[in-house]
Amino acid sequence: MGEIPVFFLHGLVYAGLLFLVSSGLTLVFGMMNVLNLAHAAFYMLGAYFSYSVLNITGHFYLCLIICPLFLFILGMLVERFLLRRVHVYGHVQELLITFGVAYIITESVKWIWGNYPLGVNLSGFLTGSVNLFGLFYPVYRLFMFFCAVFISLIMAMVLYKTKIGIIVRASVDDTEMVNALGVNVPVVFTAVFGFGAALSGFAGVIAGPLLTTYPGMAAEILVDAFVVIVIGGMGSLGGAIVASLMIGELQSFGALLFPKLSLALMYMLMAAVLIIRPSGLFGEEQ
Amino acid sequence: MLLQVNEIHSYYEKSHILHGVSMRIEQGEMVCLLGRNGVGKSTTLKSVIGIIEPKQGSILFKGKDLVGKAPYQIARTGIGYVPEDRRIFKSLTTHENLLMGIKGGKTAKGNLGQAWSIEKIYRAFPKLEERRGNKGAHLSGGEQQMLTVARTLMGNPELILIDEPTEGLAPLIAKDVLDMLSKVLESGVSILMVEQNYKAAIKVAGRFYIMSKGQIFFEGDGRALMEAEDIRKNYLEV
Repeated sequence: MGEIPVFFLHGLVYAGLLFLVSSGLTLVFGMMNVLNLAHAAFYMLGAYFSYSVLNITGHFYLCLIICPLFLFILGMLVERFLLRRVHVYGHVQELLITFGVAYIITESVKWIWGNYPLGVNLSGFLTGSVNLFGLFYPVYRLFMFFCAVFISLIMAMVLYKTKIGIIVRASVDDTEMVNALGVNVPVVFTAVFGFGAALSGFAGVIAGPLLTTYPGMAAEILVDAFVVIVIGGMGSLGGAIVASLMIGELQSFGALLFPKLSLALMYMLMAAVLIIRPSGLFGEEQ
Repeated sequence: MLLQVNEIHSYYEKSHILHGVSMRIEQGEMVCLLGRNGVGKSTTLKSVIGIIEPKQGSILFKGKDLVGKAPYQIARTGIGYVPEDRRIFKSLTTHENLLMGIKGGKTAKGNLGQAWSIEKIYRAFPKLEERRGNKGAHLSGGEQQMLTVARTLMGNPELILIDEPTEGLAPLIAKDVLDMLSKVLESGVSILMVEQNYKAAIKVAGRFYIMSKGQIFFEGDGRALMEAEDIRKNYLEV
């Protein structure tokens, strides 16, 4: 009868992963009004880079630092040299360019690493199980969850305790006003976009060993992340936390209780939330 | 001369809004731009701060042309902008809103000799200190207006552009806001204010421009404005 706690923990782990991906997506949307379709491709790149770095160096912990850093730089380049150039033409063009980037990344991944799943083999302490109140649970899943909590705490500290955080939150409210107060908004955009890509890449690194690394992994999490930011309210980080937990648990228990319905449940929840609160749980009323 | 606007033509999307607007503001002066709705008053302020880029003409601030610069660059030269509808950051607290006013990068100190700090703001406007931990969304209209002005002061501007500061406020609150602007003026900051209600503005502003259909039709002090009955009838009164 250990099923319920196990599925609850599975739900928490997936919620942590979803939050890492959707937080960047919702921040970028809140500030720049751009729905970044390439966001999940950054997640996938994180997983693939991690696979290669692990093969070369043999150190998984190194991947946790190097891969997000690489995606931070890649994200900034995409914002600075692609997104900013099409910004003047409007949102449709911005959406299209992120779609193009996602497409290029997905095809490049197939070309470089092959169109088949790759297994990331860990060794040592992370591969074991741990006894949690009489329940044996994989250490790696707990590790994923703690990584997500740790990153979220750092993010909350930065957003609520530093001047940079205040600027980012103010930009979600009103970018034009932030600009008129003397803040170099384009630089803030580039940095936040890069930061979102890094978070997404980090999620990819920790997801790789559990969820296998394959070219379809981006599309898979992108749908869930969209549902999270729609339910939570576009631009709201608090909303992203709550909605990640909801979707994580719903998918986990959905798979246990109604395996045939588990995908539909997520959309039913989204529809229900939108009927009651069209701007999402924590979204600003338009 | 602090600010000199020369024959600017500005467009909002494809419509031609400003047709050769010129005006000047001297150091330490409060100038009021009057006119009915939709005549281009707000567009004039937006053109100065750089939210709208004029297609022709020049805007000289302390002798340097601002046209073509980004709003944040213009703000850093020493211009504060207080837009219509207040536009405080709703999800930030009063205190955080004030912190946003401190400019990144170089802050123009100007020749005012005194710099605003958060303590000084709270001393000058105690109402804001009472509300320091409250979210911007939970402030009253009058408090929000005071906060936007104070937020701009945090950047130590030499000139403040302020758009309809008393709009939608009860008469007593509107008077508080205008008193606050007089205080700001006394501290040495020059002000360019857009208003619809000349009767309130005449008590605080020194010089007036009247706009209609994107052009300036009148320039003069309060006395000249009171004497120019025809102009007031044609361009201001309903």
